[in-house]
Amino acid sequence: MSNRFSIRHAAVLGLLALLGLAFWTLLAGYVPDTELNRTAAYYAENTARETGAQNIVTAIIVTYRGLDTLGEVTVLFLTAAIVALVLGQSKAPRGGTGSGFLPSGELLATGTRMLLPIILLFGAYVAVNGHLTPGGGFQGGAILASGMLLLLLADPARRFSHRIIARVESVSGLAYVAIGVLGVALAGGFLDNRILPLGQFGALLSAGAIPLIYALVGLKVGAEFSSMLESLEETEDS
Amino acid sequence: MTLPLLATTGFAAAMLIAALVALVTRSTAVAVLSAGLVSLFASVLFLFLAAPDVAMTEAAIGSGLTTFLFFFVLGRIRREGRDEQ
Repeated sequence: MSNRFSIRHAAVLGLLALLGLAFWTLLAGYVPDTELNRTAAYYAENTARETGAQNIVTAIIVTYRGLDTLGEVTVLFLTAAIVALVLGQSKAPRGGTGSGFLPSGELLATGTRMLLPIILLFGAYVAVNGHLTPGGGFQGGAILASGMLLLLLADPARRFSHRIIARVESVSGLAYVAIGVLGVALAGGFLDNRILPLGQFGALLSAGAIPLIYALVGLKVGAEFSSMLESLEETEDS
Repeated sequence: MTLPLLATTGFAAAMLIAALVALVTRSTAVAVLSAGLVSLFASVLFLFLAAPDVAMTEAAIGSGLTTFLFFFVLGRIRREGRDEQ
């Protein structure tokens, strides 16, 4: 018995040592760059002129690497769909939910009423201002969903309409792809943001289609997270 | 040592400590909280390393949504365990 355990311990220690060695070689060979490499230099030099975005990270995510972002959005969509599919199997009978819930405290209920509008507003701000300040659709969508989570915590019996969530989710997803295809037709390629005028550098309505795309991504991500949270809440295993 | 380097090292050490606490503690609530703390320290680290976009995602999803999701499910398990007794 003790022999087997020692073998197992030795294997774990060996694996940890290998992992440590891998990271150590990474760290030992690290030399800080003195100048930007070619791709980074291109982005740093041309992003503001080509896309009109103040935040270079956003310009890369939405425009230069827009297809990758579409892939990420698709992955999240698949996750939400699978969660809804799996958890939807064990749904409680109608009217049966909300009976066994502990009432949430007065503090939480009142605090939610005060904080929720601010959280939702901040989420929308982060999503729409993605091309000017750090943040963007994913972050804004996560903030929107955390507002929804607060709502569910304060009032566990509350239900959002699945229909509205599904509509918001699919309309924003379709519009996102449509904007991408419009980029092929009207500008330089798929998800090119120059289908709309670039506008004045640094203004809210500038950088072409980036604010529009990020507003759509924010809505989509927020709707997906909310639907996941809600299907989790609705599940009853009894 | 310059101040940013000191702060970065400090936050990295705090992250490791929080991760260890999450591993060894017996209480589930403490484990969930310290796992969230790991994400919070990571997001501060990202901020120090000049990546505010990543820091925002990490703070919103890693330390916000995930922690609350764990508590959500924990509360649900407790409730249903109580119902069965």
